[in-house]
Amino acid sequence: MIAYPRWKIALVAVVLLIGILLALPNLFGEESALQLARDRAVVTPADRTSIEQLLKDKGVVVSGAFLDQGRLTLRFGSKQDQLKARDIIMDARPDAFTIALSQASRVPEWMRNLGLSPLKLGLDLRGGVYLVYQVDVDGAVKQLLDHHEQDFRASLRNARIPYQDVQVDYPDNRVRVLFRDADSFKKGRAAILADSRNLTLSDTTVDGSPALELRLTPDEIKQRQDYAVQQNIVILRNRLNSPELAVSEPQVARQGVDRIAIQLPGLQNSAEVKKILGKTATLEFRMVDENNNPFDAMATGRVPLGSKLYYTREKQPVLLKREVVVTGDQLTDATFQPNTQDGAAVSVGLDSRGAAKMLKNTQENIGHLMAVVFIDRSREKNAQGVDVDKTTEEVINRATIRGVFSNNFQITGVNPIEGRELALLLRAGGLAAPLTPVEERAIGPSLGQDNIDKGVHAMVFGMLAAFLFMAVYYKIFGLIADAVLIANVVLLVAFLSLVGAALTLPGIAAVVLTVGMAVDANILIYERIREELRNGVSPRAAITAGFDRAFSAIADSNVTALIAGLVLWLFGAGAVRGFAVVLVIGIATSMFTSLMGSRALVQLIYGGKRKVERLSI
Amino acid sequence: MEFFHKATRFPFMNTRKVWYGLSAVLIVASLALVAIRGLNLGVDFTGGVTVETNFPQAPNIDQLRAALAKAGIDGQVQAFGSSRDILVRLPPDPNAKGDQIGAHIMEVFSAVDGGVKLQSTEVVGPQVGQELFVKGAWALVATLVLIAIYVLLRFTFKLAMGAIFAVLHDPICVMGFFALTQMTFDLTAISAILAVIGYSLNDTVIVFDRVRERARVARRLSIAHVIDESINQTLSRTLMTKLVTLLVVLALLIFGGETLHGFSAALVIGIIAGTYSSIYISAALALDFGLQTDDLMERKLTKPEEVDGLP
Repeated sequence: MIAYPRWKIALVAVVLLIGILLALPNLFGEESALQLARDRAVVTPADRTSIEQLLKDKGVVVSGAFLDQGRLTLRFGSKQDQLKARDIIMDARPDAFTIALSQASRVPEWMRNLGLSPLKLGLDLRGGVYLVYQVDVDGAVKQLLDHHEQDFRASLRNARIPYQDVQVDYPDNRVRVLFRDADSFKKGRAAILADSRNLTLSDTTVDGSPALELRLTPDEIKQRQDYAVQQNIVILRNRLNSPELAVSEPQVARQGVDRIAIQLPGLQNSAEVKKILGKTATLEFRMVDENNNPFDAMATGRVPLGSKLYYTREKQPVLLKREVVVTGDQLTDATFQPNTQDGAAVSVGLDSRGAAKMLKNTQENIGHLMAVVFIDRSREKNAQGVDVDKTTEEVINRATIRGVFSNNFQITGVNPIEGRELALLLRAGGLAAPLTPVEERAIGPSLGQDNIDKGVHAMVFGMLAAFLFMAVYYKIFGLIADAVLIANVVLLVAFLSLVGAALTLPGIAAVVLTVGMAVDANILIYERIREELRNGVSPRAAITAGFDRAFSAIADSNVTALIAGLVLWLFGAGAVRGFAVVLVIGIATSMFTSLMGSRALVQLIYGGKRKVERLSI
Repeated sequence: MEFFHKATRFPFMNTRKVWYGLSAVLIVASLALVAIRGLNLGVDFTGGVTVETNFPQAPNIDQLRAALAKAGIDGQVQAFGSSRDILVRLPPDPNAKGDQIGAHIMEVFSAVDGGVKLQSTEVVGPQVGQELFVKGAWALVATLVLIAIYVLLRFTFKLAMGAIFAVLHDPICVMGFFALTQMTFDLTAISAILAVIGYSLNDTVIVFDRVRERARVARRLSIAHVIDESINQTLSRTLMTKLVTLLVVLALLIFGGETLHGFSAALVIGIIAGTYSSIYISAALALDFGLQTDDLMERKLTKPEEVDGLP
């Protein structure tokens, strides 16, 4: 008998069985589906039952349904049924769900419950939109400095301490408070530190007068930039998951230092989504300066100290106090209410900090006017092609404070069309820093299907050619190699399904290439066996020598391919990374199948015989 | 079936000057092509816009060009893959918005043929393009360095040098081919080159493995003889594997469609160049770097002998 431990054969069998099980979900294919989600809530099993009943009553056959991560997916046998079902649900339960059209796998429920799922397809195979946004991290640092500036002014004003000016210096990342004399400097310093305890301020002099300086350290700047990117990711996710957009399975991820990559599978028209994603809209609440005349300020251009000139939508001037009562980032909730007694309104919730400030403000200012300022930042090119940040600030509402309120109130006077969008934007939060699109790839669904067809064709023909060649050239051993190659592809697919890596067109190419390279290991072994046979070694010894001696060559040669694959994995993005992932996993599975799988098969074929006269190689 | 029933006895080492010459010509020609004609860099690297469309019947490209020019769109128009697939490429424009340009071009094309379909749009900002280019270049360098380190650890210095120079040969040939044909050189082409580097070294490693093994057994023979023997002994394996891989990659080239065209072409050229350099160049270079039998004796084979427990 050829010596080969049984446990190794058993191991190969077990791995292969697990592989087949994991790869199995890929055989079922996909069909049209609807994805139902609730705004800030999960879809419950009760919802599922009632909707299934509803569709059954209307005669639409649901071929499968499952709940996953609070979303309900319903599958249909045809595109018509899918659209019909959508209309039925929208008619029967208006506004209850957001409904996105999508594709879902036909995998039976018991498999899904075992956690088995098919390969994910990349955007180039599925169709969809890939967007990369650049986060203006410098802008985020600017905002932080502006924040400090406003806080300092407020502290000094509240303590009634005279000061010359508060200057913000962006390129140097510092804020300076200038005082007239040493006495006010001392008091001002105490007042500012009382309000903002954890700041490190240094004393300095500017043009002979004493000044306080806050300078951001590189660490603080980096922290702020990281925060801006993270915050923006959260906000983009919120916006994409909102019912107003209805995108199925959006993916948002950080890319490098200051970029965010977004994948929107199945999306056809990106214009609407991009419009919402790029918005930096937020709100501010400020008190109206009732002691000065805004028309005078507009005419003379001289704005009273402590106030700022704004305009309403109707281009009417308004003077507002510089001090902000509550900013948009203190909003926790916003819902659009189309029909209140004052017309369309957005009802707003505040966090505890905002609520406390609002409470204090309304207590002190009953009978006075408070204004809501809508701020929209966008980035445009000027005539010279230079980026210019354009900030639109409009007063959308002025109202007399009639009572004391804190964390819950309504903003009236919004435009009914924009109200819905405003609610969405406010609820999702304001972007921590403006975004600019830097990369966009959109693949139509027909091209995606085309890519799948071509990839599958190439794979089938490539593998057939390799299989035929091996069978003709190495006979029985060639067939063993073919079986091993199939096992390799099964394991590769199984592993990719397990880790949930997306398959791209270059990924399919990598599968094909892996097949070519996996043949390599087999040929290496067989040529070695032939060589040993030529040298007059007995068939059994030749097999043992062939497998054992080829091992170091196979290991060595795969390491170099592995290095190239890993570098590509690290450097590549999108489709290229898809190639690298498959290549690296493919090298691993092909090592396993050709060294252990092929040996086990040889053992099963030749191992049982008492005497092996010839090898079919 | 067997192509190499008798062990071949090609005198690779005696004829190595000829192969060096051929390699030198290939490298100089490739570098000259890249320098003079330049690479046709894809949108990935230059930044810009590409819009891919599909017509029901093959359109007249000149007519499409004229229509675009009239609409004020300044772009290259070309058929790619089939004559019904038309690609429009625009230079980087800081104000480019993919959906708008795609829609604009579709409007113009619809006037020519109402059945036209938008297949895909790609917009890459100029800054991103430059970054991707730098990243790609770094990936190439990093791969070469890491592989060099591995080979240095695994083999003696002289063999390693042979392997590294032979491996440099392959990406240069691929780039020369891209410069010659003016095929679009993009990210997928770079990934193909990286795969080729890893894969081509594969053969070199197998030849070297054999050289080391033989040198230890046949101490009396000259190192040149051992190398010749080793290359000849592994020749059938080298050619057979490359043949199968080429078959598979050719399937990709033929059936894989336009998206994979550059990628598969790079692989085909790279595999051919890699096989050539592994057979003719790497070991020969090691010999000329002064490789001796003694160099291969110093290190013990690290592979432990497997002991089979059954009788």
